[in-house]
Amino acid sequence: MSDEPILKIDHLGHAYGKFEVIRDISLEVPRGVLTALIGPNGAGKTTFYNAVSGRFRPTRGRVYFDGRDITGMPAHRIVSLGLLRSFQITNIFPNLTVIENVLVPLVLQHGRTYTLWRGLGREKALYRQAEEVLDKIGILEDARRPASELAYGDKRLVEMAIVLARRPKLVLLDEPTAGMNPEETERMIRLIRELAERFGTTIFLTEHDMKVVFSVAARIFVLHQGGLLAAGDPQTIRNDPRVREAYLGGAADA
Amino acid sequence: MRTTPSLRAGRLGFGAALLLLLVLCPFLLPVYWTLILTEILIMALFAMSFNLLLGYTGLLSFGQAGMFGAGAYAAALAILKGGLSLWLALAAGVLTAALVALVIGYLCVRRDEIYFAMITLGFGMMLYTVAHNWIELTGGSDGLPLAAVPPLTFFAWEVSLFDPRWMYLFVLGVTLLGTLVLWRVVRSPFGLLLTAIRENRDRLAFVGASVRNIRLAAFVISGALSGLAGALFCLFNNMATPDFMHWGFSAKPVLMTILGGAGVFLGPAFGAAVFFALEQATIQITENWMIILGAVLIPVVIFFPRGILGTILHRLNAGRGKSRE
Repeated sequence: MSDEPILKIDHLGHAYGKFEVIRDISLEVPRGVLTALIGPNGAGKTTFYNAVSGRFRPTRGRVYFDGRDITGMPAHRIVSLGLLRSFQITNIFPNLTVIENVLVPLVLQHGRTYTLWRGLGREKALYRQAEEVLDKIGILEDARRPASELAYGDKRLVEMAIVLARRPKLVLLDEPTAGMNPEETERMIRLIRELAERFGTTIFLTEHDMKVVFSVAARIFVLHQGGLLAAGDPQTIRNDPRVREAYLGGAADA
Repeated sequence: MRTTPSLRAGRLGFGAALLLLLVLCPFLLPVYWTLILTEILIMALFAMSFNLLLGYTGLLSFGQAGMFGAGAYAAALAILKGGLSLWLALAAGVLTAALVALVIGYLCVRRDEIYFAMITLGFGMMLYTVAHNWIELTGGSDGLPLAAVPPLTFFAWEVSLFDPRWMYLFVLGVTLLGTLVLWRVVRSPFGLLLTAIRENRDRLAFVGASVRNIRLAAFVISGALSGLAGALFCLFNNMATPDFMHWGFSAKPVLMTILGGAGVFLGPAFGAAVFFALEQATIQITENWMIILGAVLIPVVIFFPRGILGTILHRLNAGRGKSRE
């Protein structure tokens, strides 16, 4: 069971009309290995994530998560199996407090969705768990503030807390450092490294900042014009002439 | 959502004072004002049930009178054809409205924003037409007049609601019950998910919620309580008419909520009181009191988007925050 890859993609493709945004992608993400998906802008990274996480049904191929075929399942069912994602644009509940942001996934996870007659304040166990997550991520002191009041980088951390509260088996992070200043980026990289260990979660991220990718990922897939161009460890990818060409537009020949 | 002890004590004190005042009203005021207050209470319950959707879940239901009217007709029919008691007539109103909400909601909750508003409006209009044209059941445009409202019974104790003061106290009790239900719901884990839908339904779906089912549950709860208000309105007026289902009636809770403030629990109730106060103040001057309502509504929307009660509470809170610093 544990040798089985956490995510297995089989000939995945998605087309809008006749235009294929991604095509024939087959890859495996091993359990516990910090994996990255890179590629120039427009390579299809976000489309790939959307097809995997259930935003839409891919037009071709299958997606297997934790040994189960999840192709075409609605997003919330995929989440309940343990696959969660973050978004390129910060995606939180702005007018709820930070701790309420984290309580939302915990209410769902603990089957309190239709608990109508009990005060939320009496769910002490959920509050404790939410505080624990915020503490691990380092924003516990902001717990009672509305999320909209936080600095940009901290809002991204709130989203990380929302995603990690359910203790997912696999997390897809879509450009976790997008829009961050160097200091915030540094903090996020450290966090991603720690999280993989502390939460026992496999992380699969996209990123266009190569520094981030090469400093955190153990395994890298390169997407180019909708197809898979290369796969391997950071050293292999760094030295792959096709990858250089894709990124530098032929400059590698020189 | 956690409350500090002082806030809690303040809330309890305010609630107790308000309740005492409301109970004393019919003994201090002339009958005319007791009647007006009864209607305010019923409309306050209607508007608060509507605001579970608008203020908490972020859904503008423009067909809420459909559930209100369903509750009214069910109560009337329960008394006229079923010969049921007062409490059972209320229960019939609530259950029928919940059932109607379940059907309409099932077809509406997949849609967002303006599409949701338009579809609920469409169903509301259909229900109005049914009430208007199905003469054998609803009495058509004449409605269903009640010869007599069943007495209010509580174990061996019994009193006639013909006395406006007893009618007022009965309506007050039922409205409080409905308000308590709403209060519990918005403070529950389910209530947190409702606000999460309002804030960001996409994120909610991607942390594992079926947004559609949660919205449907909210729609049914809201509809059931609108139906309770409708059943009360039927008893209060001694009849149910198609007007209760007209789309113009659906606009009332919308206006009251905007006046009072969608972001505050009691905002819609406050708005209902302002609505009637304005009507009473202007109706002696002109029959076209809607002009005055419009003249008040427009500046409220432009300058006080939180509504009147919402703005007052916001100012108070801001003031308190400053004094603490």
